[in-house]
Amino acid sequence: MTDATQETSGPIVAADGRPLRQSLNRALRRQKIRALLLIAPLLAFIMVSFVIPIGDMLFRSVENQIVPETLPRTTALLGDWDPDLGEPPPEAVFAAFYTDLVLAEERKLHTRLGSRLNYENSGVASLFRATGRDVGRFDTDIYTDQLVAAVPDLEDGAKWAGWMAEPPVRDALPQTADAYDGWAQMVAEVHNADPVTRQPADFVFAALYRDLAAGAAPPPPLDVDVGGFETVSIRDQFAASDPKWLDTGVWRTMRAYAGPLTNGYFLNAVDMMKSADGPRVRPENERIYLTLFLRTMKMSLVITGLCILLGYPVAWILANLPLRSANLLMILVLLPFWTSLLVRTSAWKILLQQQGVINDLLVGIGLVGDGSRLELINNSTGTIIAMTHILLPFMILPLYSVMKTIPPSYLRAAKSLGANDWTAFWRVYFPQSAPGVGAGSILVFILAIGYYITPELVGGTKGVFISNRIAFHISSSLNWGLAAALGTILLVMVLVLYWAYDKLVGIDNVKLGG
Amino acid sequence: MKLNRLIITAGALSLAAGMGSAESHMSNEMVLVSWGGAYQASQLHAYAEPYMALHPEVSIIWDESSPEAVAKLRAMNEAGNITWDLVDVEAADSIRLCDEGLAMEIDFDAVLAPGDDGSTPTEDFGDSIVSECFIPQIVFSTTVGYRTDMVGDTPPTSICALFDLETYPGKRALNRNPLANMEWALLCDGVAKADVYTVLATEEGQARALAKLDTIKDSVIWWSASAEPPQLLADGEIVMGSSYNGRLFSAIAEQGQPIGMLWDAEMLDFDGWVVPTGLSEERLARVMDFLYFATDTQRLADQSAYISYGPARASSAPLVGNHATLGIPMAPHMPTDPANATNVFVTQYAFWSDYRDDLDAKFQTWLAQ
Amino acid sequence: MSGIPIYASAGQRVWYYSFRVICGLVFFFLIAPVLVIIPLSFNAQDFFTFTPEMLRLDPAGYSLKHYQDFFSNSDWQLAMANSLKIAPLATMLSVGLGTLAAIGLSQSHVPFRRAIMAILISPMIVPLIISATGMFFFYTKLGLWMEDTLGVSKSFTGYFKVVLAHAALGIPFVIITVTATLTGFDQSLTRAAASMGAGPVRTFFRVQMPLILPGVISGALFAFITSFDEVVVVLFVGSAAQKTLPWQMFIGLREQISPTILAVATLLVVVSIMLLTTLEILRRRSERLRGLSPG
Repeated sequence: MTDATQETSGPIVAADGRPLRQSLNRALRRQKIRALLLIAPLLAFIMVSFVIPIGDMLFRSVENQIVPETLPRTTALLGDWDPDLGEPPPEAVFAAFYTDLVLAEERKLHTRLGSRLNYENSGVASLFRATGRDVGRFDTDIYTDQLVAAVPDLEDGAKWAGWMAEPPVRDALPQTADAYDGWAQMVAEVHNADPVTRQPADFVFAALYRDLAAGAAPPPPLDVDVGGFETVSIRDQFAASDPKWLDTGVWRTMRAYAGPLTNGYFLNAVDMMKSADGPRVRPENERIYLTLFLRTMKMSLVITGLCILLGYPVAWILANLPLRSANLLMILVLLPFWTSLLVRTSAWKILLQQQGVINDLLVGIGLVGDGSRLELINNSTGTIIAMTHILLPFMILPLYSVMKTIPPSYLRAAKSLGANDWTAFWRVYFPQSAPGVGAGSILVFILAIGYYITPELVGGTKGVFISNRIAFHISSSLNWGLAAALGTILLVMVLVLYWAYDKLVGIDNVKLGG
Repeated sequence: MKLNRLIITAGALSLAAGMGSAESHMSNEMVLVSWGGAYQASQLHAYAEPYMALHPEVSIIWDESSPEAVAKLRAMNEAGNITWDLVDVEAADSIRLCDEGLAMEIDFDAVLAPGDDGSTPTEDFGDSIVSECFIPQIVFSTTVGYRTDMVGDTPPTSICALFDLETYPGKRALNRNPLANMEWALLCDGVAKADVYTVLATEEGQARALAKLDTIKDSVIWWSASAEPPQLLADGEIVMGSSYNGRLFSAIAEQGQPIGMLWDAEMLDFDGWVVPTGLSEERLARVMDFLYFATDTQRLADQSAYISYGPARASSAPLVGNHATLGIPMAPHMPTDPANATNVFVTQYAFWSDYRDDLDAKFQTWLAQ
Repeated sequence: MSGIPIYASAGQRVWYYSFRVICGLVFFFLIAPVLVIIPLSFNAQDFFTFTPEMLRLDPAGYSLKHYQDFFSNSDWQLAMANSLKIAPLATMLSVGLGTLAAIGLSQSHVPFRRAIMAILISPMIVPLIISATGMFFFYTKLGLWMEDTLGVSKSFTGYFKVVLAHAALGIPFVIITVTATLTGFDQSLTRAAASMGAGPVRTFFRVQMPLILPGVISGALFAFITSFDEVVVVLFVGSAAQKTLPWQMFIGLREQISPTILAVATLLVVVSIMLLTTLEILRRRSERLRGLSPG
């Protein structure tokens, strides 16, 4: 209807007297609401029980709180240090790091941080572990002794608490106030003690010395003249614990990973790394993930193709045989399903290995010499055979349930109209079975891409997937950030393929989302 | 301080255990995590059953999750719900758990039983204490087993038979991770035993190890589940392969397979308990009571009747007896037996905790090429 | 395809028979591993190997000890019982919610259909190991909350967590198979039913449900198998008290190869053959009773 007709004849009215347009709109809205109400329970269930937890997990791919939280003072100063000069950072950075490390050691966080940084720079873990043992015994106690000798009240925790509560003192002694706050909080949380009852640790005295040496003028009695004090270089103290602290390497790593968020895991996941000049490609002997991503894609496509090739005729015969025989054959499709994936994978090992059943048979009938038994397992062939077998029912069943709905009369009609067998199949039958092919392919491909147990067991070196590395990083190396980054990339790849499939083949042929 | 409190509780406990009181402060349920299979069975017979006989009120649940222990403990810790009481892990994993703050640091002399010979626990366990969180149970070794019927008249005597394709043609099975493989490759490439880790810490050394492995790469089947090598040997699929000595012993002595075993440059390694951080006081008390009992000299020696792994305490060695069902003496099958330990290679955990991720990336890249 | 017409050409005949041979080979490919498993489960040794004794058909090479192990070992019994509890519950949950949602999705004019679809099938897309860890955190907190606030027992929350996790994993299969069936569904049928005065519920059960039943059943089958054969998530979300058959098998394969696994697999195969055959016999009987010609 056009506006013109409406204008001349007025709105068309439905049976209940409302304008038809309004009535239709209302019906449409009701339909929409009903559809959404049907979907809502599941959507809520999936959102809560799956999407949010997994989103939380994937967020670890950029999360890097541990570095700035454990080393707040160091990371604040490291930004000003220029690693390209080839010199270790200045004494001030070492002093800040000293404070951070003592506090981290008391909270037992330093080894955790060391493990985190070890992903980026091998050796940091043991550096942190070893220096963590030493850091409480640095020679900074000379400041404590000299300052206490000058002002005996400095031994008194209650006096300290009093001073540190006074704004003029805090303003005059910023480093001291900061170190004291960190110490007091740590004492309360870790030792369950009231800081008032304790003399602050050496690093607080070292901070007080630094403030005073920098010319701070706090109110008395804290205005000690430290000009004649014996000093100790904190940098040397670290160097004495381990000379690696004088290399720029470990500091570069800390500087690169100073922020609360990082792209480092993602760079790592595409065989790149952070460096002073921005991201760059890893050395060739460490490039693995792109190879694995490509291999996962390629092999999943091959497996999907094989499943279509093998599954289509079987589904067709199941859908077109009399129900009686079809159901019996269906048992053959379902049987492997009832056999655990682990058992089937093991069975393939028994069948495919060099001393296995298939090779024995081939040698037995003289097709293959005993010396040249085929290598069917522990390579990509093994993965493809075993996974095609495991995923084939996921192709056959959707195909079958779609083919079952195609009336055989269509094919007969086409033939009676003069189409030959092939034309009738390709132009009439196949398009109608396409939703089944689409659903089956998507099922098989997506399942294949995320598989890891089967490739792990039969894939050898050339047949493992990216999921195997993800599993390794989750369960062995504990590098969950990298695992999450790899998982996110895999997820995005699947979504992109899904989208491309939608555009190219048309989702109407699959009815998965359009 | 947590550690102090622990030491005090634990000290009090070891006293209390002697006097047979203070039971009411302990929880009566304990979840022990182990590896399943014959190893877990040996722990059940040697530790858990006698402990439950002494404490009938205690029930023990076994969870075969040790292979996922590191990941699961971290997840439990983050979720704030520790459901495990005592976890059996490999030494290398215990370092990782300790570094991550997921396992509790232990004051060995305060919470463990002294040796039968009067030695302190620290002396008795000696080098097997590889981290502050690790209470050792057994010594095992990664070594090489071979098919006796596939090596002709010259059974291998050296680890380098792995790399000798001329004398021993055929497939080999190696673990699909760099541990042990890199060390053996360097040893057989002429690096002295003492220098292996120094060399392996350098880029050139790593390249050298991989180059050596390259010479046999086409003949290697890489295993990932530890049940695989004995199966492959039994099938005759491989001529030799790396495996744990306990598994090889089981295939040889218990299953009667035609398999022989090398005692050359075997990689000595440890397995033991860690206590997760964050247990409630009642549960911790029970765990400590169990640990005191289950890691004493007699219990560790008892375990060796069921599996051919050596007790981690020096004082247990003289008490090692016969196999529980076969009746054969077990001492000659222990990795700690002097006859077997003529040329052991001791794994350096500090090295691996630093280089594991880096070497693993390189190793996997190499494998994929 | 009931027989070949008499007027078929030679080429058609060749194709007809070679097609059947191809299908036969695919069926053989499907059951080959099952055929290997059954004899090996009677192996007298503790390895997955055809021993020379077995090949000679020497009785000494065979034994029932792995079956004895299955029936006498409490771990296996527990695992079996758990699997039989968890899988049906998870299936019911995912089929119930999934079929409703699939019907909703198949209506015309659903806003944000594409986004909703992507969310609903996400449990299938995310690599299992990532799902396992992600779900672990959520379910642990959920379990704690249930124990503290609702006061339910630890054992109940243990099962509840695994059922929920498995239901979430099964849902994409239900959605995909049911929506694929609904594509071929003629919506005018529901309109016809409605115009004749049937309410939505009645339309659903009397008109829609019978027609989409094959899709629902195959979705249910996938969901059931997902739970019954799932090992990665249950290793994380479950604890030893909820260990399922795959969990027990996984341990068996990894730690110490034990042909008990094969015995269990054989038993499952036998049970499922009996189950499927019974169903088929019942179906034929009901057809006879209803006076339909046996198909």
